[in-house]
Amino acid sequence: MDSPFGLLAELTYRCPLSCAYCSNPVNLGDYHDELTTAQWQRVLIEAQELGVLQLHLSGGEPLLRRDLVDLVTSARYLGLYTNLITSAVGLSRRRAEQLRAAGLDHVQISIQADEATLSDGIAGTPSYAGKIEAARLVKELGWPLTLNVVLHRRNMDRVAAVLDLAEELAADHLELANTQYYGWAWRNRDALLPSRAQLDRAEAVVRAARKRLKGRMDIVYVLPDYYSQYPKPCMGGWGKRQLTVTPNGDVLPCPAAHALPLPRASVHEDSLARIWARSPLFQSFRGTDWMPEPCRSCERREIDFGGCRCQAFQLTGDASRTDPVCHLSPDHGIVAERVRAANEENRLGDGVLVPRPHRGRPGRR
Amino acid sequence: MPSVKPTRSDRRAADRRRTATTSSSRPKLTSHVRLRFDAAREQHVLLGPESVMVLNPTGADILSLCDGRHTVAEIVATLQDRYDGVVDDEVRRFLDRLATKRCLEMSDG
Repeated sequence: MDSPFGLLAELTYRCPLSCAYCSNPVNLGDYHDELTTAQWQRVLIEAQELGVLQLHLSGGEPLLRRDLVDLVTSARYLGLYTNLITSAVGLSRRRAEQLRAAGLDHVQISIQADEATLSDGIAGTPSYAGKIEAARLVKELGWPLTLNVVLHRRNMDRVAAVLDLAEELAADHLELANTQYYGWAWRNRDALLPSRAQLDRAEAVVRAARKRLKGRMDIVYVLPDYYSQYPKPCMGGWGKRQLTVTPNGDVLPCPAAHALPLPRASVHEDSLARIWARSPLFQSFRGTDWMPEPCRSCERREIDFGGCRCQAFQLTGDASRTDPVCHLSPDHGIVAERVRAANEENRLGDGVLVPRPHRGRPGRR
Repeated sequence: MPSVKPTRSDRRAADRRRTATTSSSRPKLTSHVRLRFDAAREQHVLLGPESVMVLNPTGADILSLCDGRHTVAEIVATLQDRYDGVVDDEVRRFLDRLATKRCLEMSDG
């Protein structure tokens, strides 16, 4: 069995933003009982012992945790490479300097578009100006800067301007991340899914920019899987390279796996090593033995691992089916229908986006 | 150093040369990355922003020479002394790929 390389630590699901494409669970209220500092520190030690080298501090908004600097200090003591994945709301100069001194290695800032009106509209709060200021601060303090823009129908046509902004900010990495349809994004999928024409235009822009900026900026752009022929190799294989710990201590093979009908695994009840090696949640879809046809005999089974289990479950109600985005899946019609609707010529507007709340109501499902 | 003159008829090749790693470039690991030995896997790893690259012994040797002092030609020569079958082009492609990923910076001359 492989050891995981990365731990995604979702420190809290509280967030000052209310993006409609958020991949956090819809039942946010179930995650109010957050792990304490000491519990997270134990998780970090166990992760390092399990072979983890990369720590992704995420959320929600991780800066809302008052112990963030302490957690970075602990992670660096353990030799982990530490990434902060943030909206930048709350990244004051003082806080940034503390994190720098604690040894934080890298900062990834999300922006919602290349200009304030659209960005703030999508984020649901005035945040753009602060994000740009924070991005400059990240560079000033000597960190590598990644900008992350989640792409969807409403900002897809702004990709050229986003690239210009990233260049102006001297970003080292730019992630143009097409929306993945889980959590809140799933609720808003019809309003978010771009058209094929939008994607074609964006791809041409990205291709030219990659050439122009080679060696200066690393640009990651992945086609949304609804438009791909084959599914994405989700998490690099189930229980193979990554694990996620949620704010309340649940351990997941993928951040969307809380939805699967499998017994939950929690750091309150077991060690990370035992959960990784033995829990039904991690064992169910590890390797290729679980695969049905057409995956089982497919020559790509070790390339894309049958795609995303959570997406298969979301679309078909059965997590062990081939990911319906694959054109070979017997359920591919479900995805094809969504794509057809997104490309309808007589589409009546782009629908209404339901924003995620800043925090859910306790105990509400 | 032999000059490389892009031909007008082949723009793609010209682009490749313009950004390619040359023999006299001096590659240096950027401050963003950490090269370290991972005791659990008994292999060297290059850690960067949200990325892990597990290195074979040749890769680890190449990167340990990327200190901004050695030229690509010198790195290739050192590797050829240590290992059989080291191909100049492969080393360059490896370095080029890491430069694209912002793990390496190149200074020329």
